Amino acid sequence: MMHAKRKQRLLQSDAAVSVLVVLLGFLCGTILIALVGKNPLNMYKALLQSVSGYNVDNGKMNVRYIGETLNYSVPFILCGLSMAFANRVGLFNIGGEGQYIMGMTMAQTIALLGPAIPYFHWMLAILGAVVVGAFWGGIVGILKAKYEVSEVVSTIMLNYIALYLSRIICLQLPGATTYKTANFPETALIGNSFFQKITNNSMLNNGIFMMIIAVLLYWFIMEKTSLGYGMRATGFNKEAARASGIPVVKSIALSMAISGAFAGLAGGIVALGSFKYGRVLSGMDNYGFEGIAVALVGNSTALGTMLAGFLFGMLKNAQALMQSKQIPKEITFIIQGLIVIFIALRSALKLYQEYMDKRSLQKEVGVK
Amino acid sequence: MSEYAIEMMGITKTFPGVIANDKVNLQVREKEIHALLGENGAGKSTLMSILFGAYSADSGTISIHGKQIEIKNPNIATELGIGMVHQHFKLVQNYTVTENIVLGMEPTKMGGILDLGTAGKRVAEISNKYGLAVDPSSIIEEITVGQQQRVEILKTLYRNANIIIFDEPTAVLTPQEVDELMDILRLLREEGKTIILITHKLKEIKDVADRCTVLRRGKYIGTVDVASVTEQDLAEMMVGRSVNFEIDKPEMEAGEVVLSMQNVFVENSSGLEKVKDLSLDVCAGEIVGIAGVDGNGQTELLEAIIGLTPTSKGSIFLDGEEITHLTIRDRIERGLGYIPEDRHKYGLVGQFSIYENCALKNYYQDIYRNKYDLLDFAKMHSDAEVLIEQFDIRAGEGALTPAASLSGGNQQKVIVAREISLSPKVLVVAQPTRGLDVGAIEYIRKRIIEERGKGRAILLVSFELDEIMNLCDRIATISKGSIVAVNRQHEVTEREIGMMMAGSKKEEAIV
Repeated sequence: MMHAKRKQRLLQSDAAVSVLVVLLGFLCGTILIALVGKNPLNMYKALLQSVSGYNVDNGKMNVRYIGETLNYSVPFILCGLSMAFANRVGLFNIGGEGQYIMGMTMAQTIALLGPAIPYFHWMLAILGAVVVGAFWGGIVGILKAKYEVSEVVSTIMLNYIALYLSRIICLQLPGATTYKTANFPETALIGNSFFQKITNNSMLNNGIFMMIIAVLLYWFIMEKTSLGYGMRATGFNKEAARASGIPVVKSIALSMAISGAFAGLAGGIVALGSFKYGRVLSGMDNYGFEGIAVALVGNSTALGTMLAGFLFGMLKNAQALMQSKQIPKEITFIIQGLIVIFIALRSALKLYQEYMDKRSLQKEVGVK
Repeated sequence: MSEYAIEMMGITKTFPGVIANDKVNLQVREKEIHALLGENGAGKSTLMSILFGAYSADSGTISIHGKQIEIKNPNIATELGIGMVHQHFKLVQNYTVTENIVLGMEPTKMGGILDLGTAGKRVAEISNKYGLAVDPSSIIEEITVGQQQRVEILKTLYRNANIIIFDEPTAVLTPQEVDELMDILRLLREEGKTIILITHKLKEIKDVADRCTVLRRGKYIGTVDVASVTEQDLAEMMVGRSVNFEIDKPEMEAGEVVLSMQNVFVENSSGLEKVKDLSLDVCAGEIVGIAGVDGNGQTELLEAIIGLTPTSKGSIFLDGEEITHLTIRDRIERGLGYIPEDRHKYGLVGQFSIYENCALKNYYQDIYRNKYDLLDFAKMHSDAEVLIEQFDIRAGEGALTPAASLSGGNQQKVIVAREISLSPKVLVVAQPTRGLDVGAIEYIRKRIIEERGKGRAILLVSFELDEIMNLCDRIATISKGSIVAVNRQHEVTEREIGMMMAGSKKEEAIV
């Protein structure tokens, strides 16, 4: 038992394991690049450039890369929070993508049709994105809480519904072609001219503030409020939570709605921050899916998810740089994939540990 | 041939950080009933797992019938003629007795066709020889628990076992079935089988065993001739100090009815009616026990009272107010406390610390709001420290210790502390001492009696008849979801309760 405990402590130091897993992922990536006959150093050069803007090869500095990395990170972090929030309540929200798409669609619609009043316009659009994301997640929550419909199945289904619904709606918007709508009015954009100035015209926008607020809110709800307390108890042990009078059904429905709100916000920020026009999606952006990986690496904590989101943003921004250095950009996907697999292995290890603990406990209690 | 059927000498098995067996000796003579006695966690199961080949010992030797042997896996044990009757039966519910017995070594004829006829005959033969009355063609789920246990015994005999290990065999039986099992054990010994009886029930050891080996915290304490020692001696060997079996319970007058169940029906999750037309009152300052064999509706009844399972018909009243359709939280707020049978599943959130678990039922209330209207973790923490002190909870990191890392006894104390600290009017208690060591058992029982003294109404479900007989003011015997009779503590014998548990309705006075 002592041993099991000690081992569990080590495993419980989740942050350490996450760092280790990330390093392991990079190590494998490095080996892979070497195996295909390229210089792994180039990958690290690209990564350095995407984080710091410093180009090792020519000694030039371009802060624009920093801005882009941060901007890419925002949807990763928000979709990560979406996954993480549900995860803390014991749910697996694969529907981040659908919630993201719905949020994006709502933001685009309000941007093109809403009142062009400065500030109010984009705030309304962002609020709309949050609300519709919460609604899209909430449907799943209610189905799960009331009718015990597996959230995995319903979220996957709703992802497709979201994609095609988005196309139908966006094709009706002003100036819509098969892939884009008319340009947004200035009042709908969330660009930040100060950021543009200091980051050499990157796409970095006010979304980053919203992201930071979202991270703080996530931490606050989870760790400081009685709502979060009940949700965490539900996530860890639903039966004990129920027997203790915690309204488990409500927790589940509400957590999916909050989860959806985070993803919806991501959709709104991408729509109004990274584009000047509405997009008619032909495929998924995958932020929602990669949010799953972000949450896994970040252990579903506020800070962890934020750091993991930055990592994913850095990798995404480094892709183009890597290609320019003859390193296939797919290597970043491989690294991401490996990280997720290693994390999953840790979960398996944990399950195994729990199983062994249970067995040793049963042995002690004399139950076979 | 050696004197001993089994000789395990100097067996040491360490799990990293804990010594489960520390130079343990076990010498079982041929054709004897040898009891293996020890508290939970004393190392009985580990020792038997080593004998059965599930674990390998770090050091020590095993000899079977005088021949030193290395038992690497359970198949070797089976080949050596060692069989085990597990506490929880390993039977396929919808197979017949014969099918279960031959499972894994089915006889075939004409190159592959199952020959159940021959198998059935052989099963009948064996069951006649050893007095194990059971119909080979009946389906497992239709026969009683006692009969299922016989099927388990038949399984070992069918595989030609001559050494049979019984792991806590009486835990699931009624007193009558226990008597029958004891007869079976004696008959098996007469027929030349060697038997190891793992148990912590001293009465059974005195009743049937020839010799007894005692383990305590992984250490070998000694082997004694049962005839030459008293139950008290065995208990002291097991616990390591003198034990007080008497429960000190002051007389007291019961008050008003606080918990009242009226014609309650409850269905389980698969729609079976597990509680049928059950009515029972529990008064302030009294402990009412529900005696019965596991699976006769006790779990469902308690779940219906707590609100985990809906009551399909009938009503439940708490202090005169109907609570039948209230939410669980509403019931808790009206003064319903619950100490669940399965403390891991229903009692605690393992990953939560002690203080978070202590506040699990009232964290949302005003007492845990700080001046910013947020959760007051500091107060939760200090309140939990008080409970840890009061209830003598042993926790390495105080109130911050995760519940999962506590021992079973301390986990139970956390639950008891939480429930009692909420000052409930009614305390529903299920199997409160299951799996705990003697010290914790004494403590928990004392606390329950103290709560009775404070005028709480206590409803106790236990499968340990001793516990019911000693602790309760009134005893309600349940069979097939209905109360057979309610008797005052000293107006009924264990034997009579046993009869009623088996379903026979006698003309007992209903109090």
